[in-house]
Amino acid sequence: MDAKDEGRHSALLSFLNRAGRLVVTVALTFLGLLLATFLIGRVVPIDPVLAVVGDRATQSTYDQAYKALGLDKSLAEQFWIYLQKVVTGDFGTSFMTKRPILEDIARTFPATLELATAGILIGTILGIPVGVWAAVRQGKLFDQIVRVLGLVGYSAPIFWLALVGLLLFYAKLGWVSGPGRIDISNEYVITRQTGIMLLDTALQGEWDAFRNAVSHLVLPASLLGYFSLAYISRMTRSFMLNELSQEYITTARVKGVPEWRIIWVHALRNAAVPLVTVVALSYATLLEGSVLTETVFAWPGLGLYLTNSLQSADMNAVLGATIVVGAVFIGLNLLSDLLYGLLDPRIRRRT
Amino acid sequence: MTELSRRDWLLSDHPASRRQARLGQAYRTWLGFRGNWLAMVGLGVVILLILLAIFADVIAPFDPLIPGDLRTERFLPPGSGAHLLGTDDQARDIFSRIVHGSRLTLMVVALVSVIATPIGMIVGTTAGYFGGWTDAILMRITDIFLAFPRLILALAFVSALGPGIENAIIAIAITSWPPYARLARAETLTIRDSDFINAARLQGASSLRILWGHVTPLCLSSVIIRVTLDMAGIILTAAGLGFLGLGAQPPQPEWGAMIASGRQFLLDFWWVATMPGIAIFIVSLGFNLLGDGLRDVLDPKARK
Repeated sequence: MDAKDEGRHSALLSFLNRAGRLVVTVALTFLGLLLATFLIGRVVPIDPVLAVVGDRATQSTYDQAYKALGLDKSLAEQFWIYLQKVVTGDFGTSFMTKRPILEDIARTFPATLELATAGILIGTILGIPVGVWAAVRQGKLFDQIVRVLGLVGYSAPIFWLALVGLLLFYAKLGWVSGPGRIDISNEYVITRQTGIMLLDTALQGEWDAFRNAVSHLVLPASLLGYFSLAYISRMTRSFMLNELSQEYITTARVKGVPEWRIIWVHALRNAAVPLVTVVALSYATLLEGSVLTETVFAWPGLGLYLTNSLQSADMNAVLGATIVVGAVFIGLNLLSDLLYGLLDPRIRRRT
Repeated sequence: MTELSRRDWLLSDHPASRRQARLGQAYRTWLGFRGNWLAMVGLGVVILLILLAIFADVIAPFDPLIPGDLRTERFLPPGSGAHLLGTDDQARDIFSRIVHGSRLTLMVVALVSVIATPIGMIVGTTAGYFGGWTDAILMRITDIFLAFPRLILALAFVSALGPGIENAIIAIAITSWPPYARLARAETLTIRDSDFINAARLQGASSLRILWGHVTPLCLSSVIIRVTLDMAGIILTAAGLGFLGLGAQPPQPEWGAMIASGRQFLLDFWWVATMPGIAIFIVSLGFNLLGDGLRDVLDPKARK
C-alpha cells in the first residue's frame, strides 16, 4: 500500500518534471521562431520607413518615422521591443488591407482550421483501418495496393493533384463545387459566428448553404486527407507489424481469442500509443501544407492570406502569419511529445 | 579472366587484399539492390533524369525559351506534329521545356544536399563527440529548427531574400539540415567510446582529426541514405516555391513555375499544366523508390 502510493507520487513528480522541461522547450523554440522572423524582417530589402511615409516624404518626416519605428536603436533593443509587441498580439498593420494583422489572421484562420480538420478526420478514420489491414495482409495484394497509393501520396505535388482534381471533378464531371468556400448566392444568407462554415450554416439552420459548403469543402479536404492517409496508414502498418510479432499475441492465439479481437483490440490498442504522435504531427503538416492547397482552391484561409501578402511584399502580414502557423505547428509538435509520455507507461516509468 | 571467375573473386570468403574485400562488399550490396526491382526502377528514373540534364541540348527538339509562331502554334494538343507534349501559351514546345527543366531540378537537389549535408554532419558529429554543454546547446538549436514548419519558413526566407532559384535553394537547405544533425549525432554516440577512437586519441590525434578521419566516414552512409530519402521532398518543396512564384522566375522552364503559368488555361488546354506535374511526380517517385531500396540494402536495422 505504502509502496504503491510512493510509486504514484513519483510518477506524478516525473510527469511534472517532464511537463516543466517541455514548457522550457516550448518557450525556447518559440523564442527561436521569433528571432528568425525578426531577422528575416531586418534583411528584407524593402525600406520599412519608406513603406510608412512614402517616397515623396521630406528628410525630416523620414527621420521622424525612422525614430518612431525604433530603427535608431541597437538590434538587441529592437528585438526586445519586437518581443513585447508580439506577446501582446501586436503584429503591426498590413500594408495591403490596412487592418491590424491580428484581425486579418483571426478572420482567415477558421477557414484553414476547418479545412485541415476535415482533412485529418478523413486521413485518420480511413488511414488507421487501412494500415491495420495492410499489416494483417502483409505482402498480399491489399498490402501492395496500399503501398503504391502511399508512394503516390509521397511523390505527387499537392498543388498539381489539386489542379487535376478541380479539372476532373469540378469542370468535367461536375460532382463538386469549384474554388472558394461557398457560392456567392449563399454567402450573405448566413452571419458569421464561429467562422467555421459548416458549423455556422448548421447552427443557423440554413441547410441549402450547408450542403453548398460541403460540396466546396469535399475536394480540398479529401486531397489533404489523402496525403495524411498515405502517412498515417504507412505508420499504422509498421506499428501493427511490430505488435503482431510480439509474444503476447501468440499467447492470445493459444488461448483461443478470436483473430479479429487480437487484431483490433489487443494489437491496435498498443499500436495506438505511437499513433497519437503520428496523427498530431500529420495535423501540423496539414496546417502547413494548406498554403499550397488554399492557393489552388482560392480557399480564404491563412495560407492564401500568406501567399497574397508574399506577392505584394507585405512583410508584416507575412511574418505575422508565419508566427501564427509556426506557433500552432510547434504547439502540436510538443503536444504530441507530451501525449506520448502520458500514454506509454514504459516511458512514464523510465523518466 | 572469365565472367564466372571474376564473380568468384568478388564473392570470395577469404579476400586476399583490402581492395578485394571492399569491391566484394560493394558487389554484394549491388546484388542485394538488384534483387529489388522497384529500387531498380527508381535508379533508372534518376539515371534518366541525369542523362536528360546532360544532353538536354541534343534531346530537346526546340528551344525552351524562344516562343514559336504565336498565330498558328499556340496551345497545340499533345502529339500534334513535332510537338510530343503539345505547346504552351507562348507556342513553346512543352517537351523541350520539361527536358531543360530537368537541369534546374537536378541543380536544386544537388545543391541543397551539398549545402545541407555538411551542416548537419558538422553539427551532429561535434555535438555527439564533445557531449556536455556543446551537445546541449547544439541539439537545442537543432530541435528548434526541427520544430519549425519547413515550407512556411522557406517561404518567409525567400520573401526576404527576394524570389529566385538561388534563394529558394538556400532557403530549402537552411530548413533541411536538422534531421541529418540528429542522425549524425546518434551515430557518433554509438562509436564515441569505442577502442579505435580511444587508440587514435592516445596517439595524440587532435579532435578535429578524429572527427574528420574516423567519425565522419562512419556516419556518412546513414546520412546519405537519409538525404536520398529526402530528395523527393526537396523536389516537391522547390516545385511548390516555383508554383507560388518564389522559386525560378519565368521564362525559366522550372516545372513548378510551368504548372503555375499553365493553371489559368487549365479548363481549355489541360496539358499545359498537367505535363510538368507528371514530370515532377515521376522524378520524385524515382527518388523515393531509390531511397527505399538503398535503405533496405545499406541499413539492416531498418529492414523488416
